[in-house]
Amino acid sequence: MTKEESIQQELIKNFNFLEDKIRIPKERRIFVDVSADKFEEVLKFLKEKIGFDTLCTITGLDEGATLGMIYHLTRQDGIVINIKISVPKDDPKIKTIIGYFPAAEYYEREVVDLLGAKVEGLPEGSRYPLPDGWPDGQYPLRKDWKSDMLEKEDK
Amino acid sequence: MDKVVIPVGPQHPALKEPESFRVILEGEKIVGVTLRLGYNHRGIEKACEERTYIQDLYLIERVCGICSHSHSTCFVQAVETIAGVEVPKRALYIRTLVGELERIHSHLLWLGVAGHEIGFDTLFMYSWRDREIVMDILADLTGNRVNYGINTYGGVKRDISKEQLQKILKAMDTLEERTKYYIQVATEEITLMKRLSNVGRLPKADVETLDAVGPVARASGVDRDVRRDDPYAAYNEVSFKVITVNNEDVYGRTLVRVGELMESYSIIRQIISNMPDGPISVKVPRKIPEGEAFSRYEAPRGEDVHYVKSNGSDKPERVKVRAPTLANVKAMLKMLENYNLADLPIIVAAIDPCFSCTDRAISIKKLDTGSSEIMDWKSLRQYSIEWYKRKGIKF
Repeated sequence: MTKEESIQQELIKNFNFLEDKIRIPKERRIFVDVSADKFEEVLKFLKEKIGFDTLCTITGLDEGATLGMIYHLTRQDGIVINIKISVPKDDPKIKTIIGYFPAAEYYEREVVDLLGAKVEGLPEGSRYPLPDGWPDGQYPLRKDWKSDMLEKEDK
Repeated sequence: MDKVVIPVGPQHPALKEPESFRVILEGEKIVGVTLRLGYNHRGIEKACEERTYIQDLYLIERVCGICSHSHSTCFVQAVETIAGVEVPKRALYIRTLVGELERIHSHLLWLGVAGHEIGFDTLFMYSWRDREIVMDILADLTGNRVNYGINTYGGVKRDISKEQLQKILKAMDTLEERTKYYIQVATEEITLMKRLSNVGRLPKADVETLDAVGPVARASGVDRDVRRDDPYAAYNEVSFKVITVNNEDVYGRTLVRVGELMESYSIIRQIISNMPDGPISVKVPRKIPEGEAFSRYEAPRGEDVHYVKSNGSDKPERVKVRAPTLANVKAMLKMLENYNLADLPIIVAAIDPCFSCTDRAISIKKLDTGSSEIMDWKSLRQYSIEWYKRKGIKF
């Protein structure tokens, strides 16, 4: 059994709802889909029990009716685990993970600015990366936002 | 004593890049720092979604003016993984070669900047002079000093001749000689050691908590390097040491980078002596099948990561880039705590935040004829002297 497969087994053993939610498309890459309410448990397990102690970044996705968030975690042997959750776009609440990974702060601010996610528990601080005068409710990485909207506003 | 808040920026206190610090001081001592980033946000991720993969190839290389090859390689690797493309070996070797040349140019540039920040401008002059050797090689191989445009999906665009490889080997000997001198400077020059030691300390435990990357992590004893841990291109076919030290300060970051220069020369020699013959690229369709991939690359400043999601069309659904500097920002804020305001430039510079580098030749389009002419260094200098003379400045 490869290392990746043993991680898969370990996860399924502890979280039976992950049974058919784990993909290993290539060496050192694991993709996991998890529901938002179970996410924290799985994240905690990955960090504390199987050594995924480094957060690379968080990717936000506009998936139509939902917003997807992928948390990319790595460990020393080069394996990357990409855990994805989806939250409804009309109420895109996620919980901050800075308690587990303090490095998440800037990545979380990024999904707030660019995709309009609402991150519960993220402390006050300057926004990132959009400018202070950016209009409310405009989230550039959402699919209904086009870059020519920006040019129109300038005129 | 009352606390004083000093705004520094958005003009960078050390480099040529905008970011804004609010430094809270007690006397000379920094007791807190908050940071505002984003002044350089150009919306490249959105722009990638709105363009084809071929256009993105050029756009993504322009994320950074120094580690342009890092971003382009990281991105093409992700797309190639989704498309299931097997890249020819020779192309992987060429990517590795250009990647290491880029690391040499970036580290020599950093060494000069660090020298400058501590008032050691001779070091700056020396290392930037030597950097020209590697810039000339890059210009010879790719046509450009930065933004090499060597990568394409399925391989590389230009082959490298035997003569060029010989030239590189010769240059490596010169650079190795010079780097030995820098190592001597770094380990024997008492003013440099005293100025950098115990400045900007970042304990190993903080690297692990804050997920710092690259030379910053390795200078605090964290043995982490994507080239070894998650090998890409031809790195699983070369042997090299991951340089780590336990100094945990700016001095350690200097030792790591000069040490890495020596490793880069060794990697380049191995690449050249083992470079396989054969094709340099395979054809990749313009439309990329639906899928997703996560790619990592050890850029000169640390781990660079790209996530690409495709939807079966000729444009990506999502491109996510995380450059190494963002991963080191939290660590940098930590390093500043309890140091003097005067240490801020070198501490900030010591994470080697990224800034753009400019070209040396200039092309002037003649409006009347539409033809263009290339100015060499000498005539460019003459042109600038005359321009200032016309403004009434005497030379």
